[in-house]
Amino acid sequence: MISLLRTMGLTFLHMFRKRETIQYPEEKVVLHPRWRGRIVLTRDPDMGERCVGCYLCAAACPVDCISLQATEDENGRRYPEFFRINFSRCIFCGYCEEACPTYAIQLIPDFEMAEYNRQNLVYEKEDLLINSEGKYPGYNYYKVAGLSAGIKGKGEGDNEEPPVDVHSLLP
Amino acid sequence: MAHINIDKKSYEAKEGKNLLETCLTLGFNLPYFCWHPAMGSVGACRQCAVKLFKDENDTQGRLVMACMESIRDGMFLSVDDPVAKAFRSQNIEWLMTNHPHDCAVCDEGGSCHLQDMTVMTGHAYRRFEFKKRTYKNQYLGPFINHEMNRCIQCYRCVRFYKDYAGGKDLDVFGAHNHVYFGRESDGVLENEFSGNLAEICPTGVFTDKTLKDHYTRKWDMTMAPSICQHCSVGCNVIAGERYGKLRQITSRFNSEVNGYFICDRGRFGYEFVNSITRVQQPLIRREMVGFDEKRNLYDNLKTFFGNQNIIGIGSPRASLEANFALRQLVGEEHFYQGISENQAGLLRIILETLNSGKIHTPSLKEMEQADAVLILGEDPTNAAPRIALALRQAVRRKPLEHAQQIKIPAWHDAALREFIQEENGDMFIAFPIETKLDELSTDTIFSSPEEIARFGFAITSYLTNDVSKPEGCDETMMKRAQHIAEIFKNAEHPLIISGTSLCHEGIIRAACNIALALRLHKETASLSMIVPECNSMGLAMMQAPALDKAFERAEQGKVNAAIILENDLYTRNSKTAVDNFFDSCQHVMVLDHLHHATTSRASLLIPVSTFAEGDGTMVSNEGRAQRFFQVFMPKNENIRESWLWLDEFKQFKNGVNPQKLNESANLIEELVKAMQQFKGAETVSPPSDFRINGQKIPREPHRYSGRTAMLANVAVSEPKPPQDEDSPLSFTMEGYRGIPPAPLIPFFWSPGWNSVQSINKYQIEVGGPLHGGDPGKRLFTEEKISNLDFWEMPAQDFSPAAGEVEIVPLTHIFGSEVLSVYSAAIAERAPRPYLMIGEKDAGDFDVAEHALLRVKIQNQSFDLPVRIKKELQPGLVAIPFNLPSMTGIGWPAKGTLSKIKP
Repeated sequence: MISLLRTMGLTFLHMFRKRETIQYPEEKVVLHPRWRGRIVLTRDPDMGERCVGCYLCAAACPVDCISLQATEDENGRRYPEFFRINFSRCIFCGYCEEACPTYAIQLIPDFEMAEYNRQNLVYEKEDLLINSEGKYPGYNYYKVAGLSAGIKGKGEGDNEEPPVDVHSLLP
Repeated sequence: MAHINIDKKSYEAKEGKNLLETCLTLGFNLPYFCWHPAMGSVGACRQCAVKLFKDENDTQGRLVMACMESIRDGMFLSVDDPVAKAFRSQNIEWLMTNHPHDCAVCDEGGSCHLQDMTVMTGHAYRRFEFKKRTYKNQYLGPFINHEMNRCIQCYRCVRFYKDYAGGKDLDVFGAHNHVYFGRESDGVLENEFSGNLAEICPTGVFTDKTLKDHYTRKWDMTMAPSICQHCSVGCNVIAGERYGKLRQITSRFNSEVNGYFICDRGRFGYEFVNSITRVQQPLIRREMVGFDEKRNLYDNLKTFFGNQNIIGIGSPRASLEANFALRQLVGEEHFYQGISENQAGLLRIILETLNSGKIHTPSLKEMEQADAVLILGEDPTNAAPRIALALRQAVRRKPLEHAQQIKIPAWHDAALREFIQEENGDMFIAFPIETKLDELSTDTIFSSPEEIARFGFAITSYLTNDVSKPEGCDETMMKRAQHIAEIFKNAEHPLIISGTSLCHEGIIRAACNIALALRLHKETASLSMIVPECNSMGLAMMQAPALDKAFERAEQGKVNAAIILENDLYTRNSKTAVDNFFDSCQHVMVLDHLHHATTSRASLLIPVSTFAEGDGTMVSNEGRAQRFFQVFMPKNENIRESWLWLDEFKQFKNGVNPQKLNESANLIEELVKAMQQFKGAETVSPPSDFRINGQKIPREPHRYSGRTAMLANVAVSEPKPPQDEDSPLSFTMEGYRGIPPAPLIPFFWSPGWNSVQSINKYQIEVGGPLHGGDPGKRLFTEEKISNLDFWEMPAQDFSPAAGEVEIVPLTHIFGSEVLSVYSAAIAERAPRPYLMIGEKDAGDFDVAEHALLRVKIQNQSFDLPVRIKKELQPGLVAIPFNLPSMTGIGWPAKGTLSKIKP
């Protein structure tokens, strides 16, 4: 009997505590920068597509909701011909971001993606690509990768020696 | 057998092997780069270090390279020793100091031996802070992409390209840490086996350029065991698909057939499957009597099968199932081989000889063991390239035997090459012009086809008294024949190679005779016959009359309708003859996957699947029945296997419901029942209800990605995956994960071994046969069943009349094969049309190189640029065989030359 009254009393006291519930959507949630929400494709500092179509995100995805096809421009720079994420399957685990060797795919603090029609949750590259470097400014994969793809010539990248002169015997 | 101790456990090992292959056979994961089972050891990469102890009590031990150590009885070694492990890890770290940071854009990624070995040794973090070495790349042609930065200097590429495949234009340049693997300058890699560099290279220096155009990782491909469609050798390949397009062909190991390597035509010729000239839907053309293009296919088919006298024309590039289904549909007496009488005649002789039990026809593995080779009127490099590669190994056999006398182990490649130098075994070639294998031959005879045949009979006459000396052979030729006969009498494993390329009956008969005569001297003598297409042998075994007979029948008005199966008749006979045939048929139904001259004459055109979209069985030139499996289900529902269409057409013909026919295995069983010569063909692969632990074998690797997104643009609800009723393979990633039976291996993969080097895990011993035996079943009997006697010289003389020249067809690896030429990369390498004449004839016509000359062959005129070949005999003219612009010629052919008036 006493415990019953005590419980009722405690519940009554909660009426005077600070409210956890917010009046969404009038009031917005504060999300941290590393919050794993909507997936975007970012661009490198010179606004080229960062995605090089390496398929690692697709391979890392536990629900297999990413599919893409790599292609190349005239300079040999790889980019995705199409890049599709089926958000109706996505579990926002962030493995794709972890797997991405070029910081192209990033999860951002946005979850407002609800749709009445499930088909509208299929995002294509046009829907994913943003005009920003996202969380990792300043990184350009093709500057550090060995091959030349129109961004820099052979041996002109970071930490690279000029191309070997095969005719030289000097050490 | 030797007993060795590895990490204090006792194992049995084969003597004569090296330590590395033994460790790999025993299942140890020992990293390596420069060693290759087909090419032996050179000890260049220093990766396979193990600790070797003096005896049981030795605790110190010393580091040795496992690939450079012979197996000895009572060896004590350690693979897991901390020092050895540290050495291997540091070695990788050194290799990685210059390796670029571009796995993400490297085509090798995901099937990379260097990645696998780096993970295996545990090197995970780069400590080297200094700059990376870079190189400039080269353009190497339409097949191979070059990215030299990735090189780890293992020397495998040049060892394969120069030493194994006999290439001249890839080498190593520079010095010390600046060595460079490439050509002297930019240019197309000339060797026919350059594609293997993509598999040989442990990293991404050489990669498949055709794959690059539609790049897909290995883990994302739907793969199935397949058989190459581009020549008669029947190399085993793996075909990979993604998003409904065929993406890549790689070699599928079969120790009896192709081993580790395939030729460039097989590797890069696959793109006809993705060609825009594919037949997409049934076409009904209005010109034909009683046809109405507005009516649906069903009604038109009913009209078609309402005809009397329907004949069926089979195809040497269609599967046994398809040809048999056609034969069942039209009836045995209305079924014709889709090849000319000349070719059919040659194949009859070949088949009778090889199937007599008196002659052994060798597998490629056996060919590599031959110590004396005679190539009679054939150019293997162009007609059946993989055979040429085997012959390049065969000429090394005799010198290798000498090397064994001074006890150099068989795997010690560097020492063997040093010892052998330029020494070659005996190889003799008789062909109208110079061929690529001439550089290895002891003696080469440049002559006309008739002369070559006579030469063959001359050799036989020195081997047996049952064959008399041919008339009209000059003294020097007879001397050379006698010399060859003497050498072959004394050889341990003599091998005769011939084939149908020159379309000459005398040559075939001569080659058969030499082999038959040799067999009297040596049981080991063997004969290999190169036939034109992938299933030529299978079609020939059906023993149907040739195309010419169908033409004769049509001329008599006894053909109302014809069904043509996967065949362009304009490549089989003269244009006039084929045109007449079509004119005399009221209705023509063509089943094919590509548009060509014959499909344009069809009143009913039915789209069918290619090898990638259907199952089937083929018989190779060795008489080996092999099964290829469907790689993917085409999105277009109109595209179905020919045998499925033909089997369903039975209901129009017979007016009964066909019994439900779900699997090709049934057709094969019926085929074996109907034709005993195919006995064994039904056993080449497990039946369609075969399961392991109740599971199918998945065509997709377990890390196949994008299942829930790849079709989401069409409909977000995933469709049910396609079901495969015809085989024990499934179209998904679910199923049995272990090693499947050899005929059903869809791809090579093993934990920690993502690259093609995982084949080691599928073999009983490294480099040896696959677990459960290599796939394929030889259909030729080895029992002596016939009293086949020597063949006689053909009576008819094909010498040209005055003013005429004899036309010699020259087969080209790129261009002469009808399917591969639809692939852009192959088409780029195909030769431009030409007319090759000898020096004397060029003088008579007063033409210079590249000048145009008109040749008239069977009512067709071709204006062709002249190429002058000094070894070509007068009166002989050579043109490329079966180039797309040069069809409609019935072989053998004669023609007249004339100058073009300006």
